[in-house]
Amino acid sequence: MSVTQETENEEPTRRDFIHIMTTFAVAGGGLATVVPLVSQMWPDASVRALSTKEVDLSAVEVGQGIKVMWQGRPVFIRRRTAEEIAEAEAVTISELPDEDARNENLAGAAASDAARVTDSAGVVRNEWMILVGVCTHLGCIPLGTASGENRGDYNGWFCPCHGSHYDTSGRIRKGPAPDNLPIPPYQFTSDTVVKIG
Amino acid sequence: MAHESTYNPQTGFEKWLDKRMPVVRLAHDSFVDFPTPKNLNYWYTFGAILTVCLVIQIITGIILAMHYTPHTDHAFQSVEHIMRDVEYGWLMRYVHQNGASLFFVAVYLHMFRGLYYGSYKEPREVLWMLGVVIFLLMMATAFMGYVLPWGQMSFWGATVITNLFSAIPVVGEQIRTLLWGGFSVDNPTLNRFFSLHYLLPFAIFGVVVLHVWALHVPGNNNPTGVEVKDVKKDTVPFHPYYTAKDGFAIVVFLTIFAAFVFFNPNGMGHPDNYIEANPLSTPASIVPEWYFLPFYAILRAITFDIGPITSKLGGVIAMFSAILVLFVLPWLDTSKVRSMRYRPVARGWFFLFVIACIALGWLGGKPAEGAYVLASQIATAYYFGFFIIILPLLGWLETPKPLPKSISEAVLKKTPANEAAGSDKPMQPAPAE
Repeated sequence: MSVTQETENEEPTRRDFIHIMTTFAVAGGGLATVVPLVSQMWPDASVRALSTKEVDLSAVEVGQGIKVMWQGRPVFIRRRTAEEIAEAEAVTISELPDEDARNENLAGAAASDAARVTDSAGVVRNEWMILVGVCTHLGCIPLGTASGENRGDYNGWFCPCHGSHYDTSGRIRKGPAPDNLPIPPYQFTSDTVVKIG
Repeated sequence: MAHESTYNPQTGFEKWLDKRMPVVRLAHDSFVDFPTPKNLNYWYTFGAILTVCLVIQIITGIILAMHYTPHTDHAFQSVEHIMRDVEYGWLMRYVHQNGASLFFVAVYLHMFRGLYYGSYKEPREVLWMLGVVIFLLMMATAFMGYVLPWGQMSFWGATVITNLFSAIPVVGEQIRTLLWGGFSVDNPTLNRFFSLHYLLPFAIFGVVVLHVWALHVPGNNNPTGVEVKDVKKDTVPFHPYYTAKDGFAIVVFLTIFAAFVFFNPNGMGHPDNYIEANPLSTPASIVPEWYFLPFYAILRAITFDIGPITSKLGGVIAMFSAILVLFVLPWLDTSKVRSMRYRPVARGWFFLFVIACIALGWLGGKPAEGAYVLASQIATAYYFGFFIIILPLLGWLETPKPLPKSISEAVLKKTPANEAAGSDKPMQPAPAE
């Protein structure tokens, strides 16, 4: 009330000090309370523990593909045949709807086939096409990994939801999807074992 | 409306309680002797119907939660367990599931009623805005509830909707991870959705109390839009006049409700939700529940980039704006005349707006291609045009019809025969018109 009037032109009182300290304590305490309340929403330790995945590829034959789950999403791994590799390498970048490699291991690179199969150590393994199997249009799962499935007009993957066609390098060629299928961060720990994430 | 309390405690206990906590007085003044315009029609019964809907959803929901397991490994089976093993479990679930749909039927009719009779205008702006808050909470609750059975549509609907948040610049991806509690829709997502689905109805209940409070300060609007001038001539007590009218409307509504529950319980659902969620296989087309379709159509109508705003972000902005625009509606509509009965030009535009909303609902269920996209864009343009161009301009351009001097005049003019024979039929001009 009249505290401020009385203390005008005077030294701050003990009461002023207590007011300021109380305000800061309430603000600080409030903030400190919000941190745990919000933080518990983040992926917990058990979820984070599954954020990387090691896959043994020794059983995968040439021309065969497998699906593995990584971070709740399917990852397609295809061991490409020589023809499939040649087909992907023959494409010039300017004819692609999305010219970015979309490779987390090689940010910003142009979408050449070599850039699509580079791992996080910079090693290129033409045989192994590893990508996140979620259509970049509306999140459907494209067909083409298992044998006998429709691989679309470009012999890669085909999304049945809205008709997006991907080539043997997982690049969008035809249909409504805006981007190439993304390449997850991965690295080969030996010739037959790959660590995704 | 604010009025002198007429509560007169009779028993000793009532007198004792009235001095300490006048809760009986509050109920009496709010729902018994509350002066209510005598000309309310059946469009005004949806408030009571919605209250019944909320209570039904809360009761059946609490029961379902006793038998449901919020875990990705068990959720789908536990719903089937409710359907097959729990005594009357099928009834609880079908009432809850169809109750959600009919809740939205009632709320949409309630909102169109408010739009038609100008119930959002001064002095009822706060009442209207609280209603929009309730609508938003209802949408969040319904969306999360639909995820719980963990069927294909649950999973993929949740995936599409949570992915919308990633369209927000800079923090979008973080918000999405925070919603998921992981790297995709998974067990943590299901757990938190279950927790919030249980919480939000009680939040709705709280806002409903505020909504009724905000209604009882200015009192009900009415089909003429003319304020009560003479409490004696223009109003009747809420009980028994409107308790009876609302009661009858509730019975009719519950009859339709029962028809759905017993004869076509899955008519408003999607068959794919009886397939357990599978993150490796997407349904051929992902559609939300029918009550979200108009907003889904608006989301998909934005297929073009606007400057730096991508089509994805633009769609999200348009979808949320479609609801947020309702908050500012009281200030967008510049006409002083409330009821469309006396607004010959606005009336036509209003009905066109209703048609646009229904068209958007239909288009939301169609594939987003070809002529459907163009039609969605036209309907979306009209949806926003109605609020931000037509209503502001009509206030200046339109010549309204002459308003009745009072509610009682409007009521008596409508029934001249009754007025002549009025002496032996004193109840005739009363509410049920």
